[in-house]
Amino acid sequence: MAQTFKKSFDLRLRVFVPLGLLCLGAVALGAIYLGLPSNKDAGYRPEQPVEYSHKLHAGNLGIDCRYCHNTVDRAAFAAVPTTETCMNCHHKVKTNSSKLTLVRESYGKGESIPWVKVHVLPDYVYFNHQAHVTRGVSCVSCHGRVDQMIKVTQVAPLSMGWCLDCHRNPAPNVRPVEFVTKLDWQPDRPAEEIGRELIAQKGINPPVDCAGCHR
Amino acid sequence: MADLAIKPNTQLDLLNTTIDQPLITGEPTYHSITESVSRVVENPPSKFWFGLIAVTASLLLMLQVMLGYLVATGIGVWGNNIPIGWAWDITNFVWWIGIGHAGTLISAILFLLRQRWRTGINRAAEAMTLFAVACAGIYPLFHTGRPWRAIYWLLPYPNTMQIWPNFRSPLEWDVFAVSTYFTVSVLFWFVGLLPDLATIRDRATGWRRKIYGFFSLGWRGSARHWKHYELAYLVLAGLSTPLVLSVHSIVSFDFAVSILPGWHTTIFPPYFVAGAVFSGFGMVLTLLIITRKALGIEHLITLKHIDYMCKVMLAMSMVVGYSYASEYFIAWFSVVDGERFAFYNRITGPYAWAAWTMITCNVIAPIPLWWQAVRKNITAVFIITIFVNIGMWYERFVIIVISLHRDFLPSSWDYFHPTYVDICTFIGTMGLFLTLYLLFIKYVPMIAIAEVKHAVSHDIEKGAHH
Repeated sequence: MAQTFKKSFDLRLRVFVPLGLLCLGAVALGAIYLGLPSNKDAGYRPEQPVEYSHKLHAGNLGIDCRYCHNTVDRAAFAAVPTTETCMNCHHKVKTNSSKLTLVRESYGKGESIPWVKVHVLPDYVYFNHQAHVTRGVSCVSCHGRVDQMIKVTQVAPLSMGWCLDCHRNPAPNVRPVEFVTKLDWQPDRPAEEIGRELIAQKGINPPVDCAGCHR
Repeated sequence: MADLAIKPNTQLDLLNTTIDQPLITGEPTYHSITESVSRVVENPPSKFWFGLIAVTASLLLMLQVMLGYLVATGIGVWGNNIPIGWAWDITNFVWWIGIGHAGTLISAILFLLRQRWRTGINRAAEAMTLFAVACAGIYPLFHTGRPWRAIYWLLPYPNTMQIWPNFRSPLEWDVFAVSTYFTVSVLFWFVGLLPDLATIRDRATGWRRKIYGFFSLGWRGSARHWKHYELAYLVLAGLSTPLVLSVHSIVSFDFAVSILPGWHTTIFPPYFVAGAVFSGFGMVLTLLIITRKALGIEHLITLKHIDYMCKVMLAMSMVVGYSYASEYFIAWFSVVDGERFAFYNRITGPYAWAAWTMITCNVIAPIPLWWQAVRKNITAVFIITIFVNIGMWYERFVIIVISLHRDFLPSSWDYFHPTYVDICTFIGTMGLFLTLYLLFIKYVPMIAIAEVKHAVSHDIEKGAHH
């Protein structure tokens, strides 16, 4: 009786089936890797309606973060400044700059500039800026060196694991409150040591239970 | 053990239980056994089969619609709500898982105990196990509302959330228990199928030959093949045996580990296992009684098989009855108000009808099986198995819903009303189960040809039938 399959079929089956599965696995792993928040979300740099440079304002001119984002230490949400805040200076400075056309129009009409939000957290996460800033977590811990960015870029993955990294070990990211907006702060001894002292002193205890952030 | 498995004839001669009548009736020869089983797979499907599968596949379609509706809308489409957070879904889950137990019991434990009568029914029973577990899995998965999220709720793997399932939760143990059970059952079933798939292959032509040839993994029936096969089968039987006990024990932990009166009971693991075997045998009997008639294989699945299965069912019925009694005794003996209330409420409260249905179906209905005349009466056995199937569904319903509906806070006491989605989903899983079963009996040899030949080889070679 003729065999249903040739002898070589066995070998081909044994080679190609595992190989195929391996390839599928590799493709799946690659897709998962590329989809990780550290790859997919970090590096997000949207175009803004106005070419506003944080490097110029916060870096070169040294304006404090809180001059514009004035609710950051008093509310959960770090305010995006109103056009009036811009005009505090720009009604005297660069009044004729074409880059500021939209700002002046917005000021005249009383309509907001449609800024594009860079750091977006999902709706099911509760995040409070005040709670972090008043305990000495600097802007730089999450937002990076914004004072060196011409266009603001998301540097952190903002994934849950990334949040938990700090909630489980906050010491490296806790500094004296007066230096919170000093993005280039260089302590004279290890930051972690200072952090540990402050945590003990203030009794900082970041939540790691589900309801800490998913309320 | 290994030696025995390699020379199975010896073991049968040494350890066989005395058989008072032939296991299969008629004048069987090796060829006639092959013919009777293969014929079912080889003949074109009958109109009757097409009619049946049209019905069951429609029910399966309804299941898909219902699950789609649930995913799109949320689990509010089911009737469960606080305090009755678990209702038909978990009832059906436990019911289906229980039905799955007969297969493994028959194929593994009875194999290790050298009960040769198991050979006629083990294939179909194992297939039912697989299909029942598939049906069961649907419920907890869709109870999450978002089944695709269940991956990170249930499986421990490194993830960007840096969270880990709660290993102290019996619900997590369930995931491992059920998936292990399913995997081992599939392997056991498939390994057992190899020689028979090869038989079908050898008789087939064209593309059917290719397909059966592929799945028989190059089986040629050489002594070497048989040696490996017997050993693999023995090892898998050994692996499956503890699973029969562990799976339903762990399912019972879902309840027993909680602190709810009516659930918080140490008797649950053995009680659940006995109930599972009870309902499993009930369902296997129900389906086999129909199947043997429809396929004309009454000489292969004989009254003797049915008789044995009835005896197992009767024994399990008594264990279950004892457990019911024990629960009431312990509730009284504990002098805990909550316990006493839970059980008093069970038989006198608004759900008394369900509790009494359970007791009637599971404890009273099987009593006639004590008489051999009843066990030999197919119609009577069939009716009793239907009672058992219903009764065991009610057992889970009673445990889950009655315990929950009057919880610790009387202001939230409630009465459960299933929605049409609840009902249609349940009927839909029956559609899934029966569709798979119909496909199975049509495309897979539903009786272990090689094993039956082996079991009756003694009779045939000695010319025992006159």
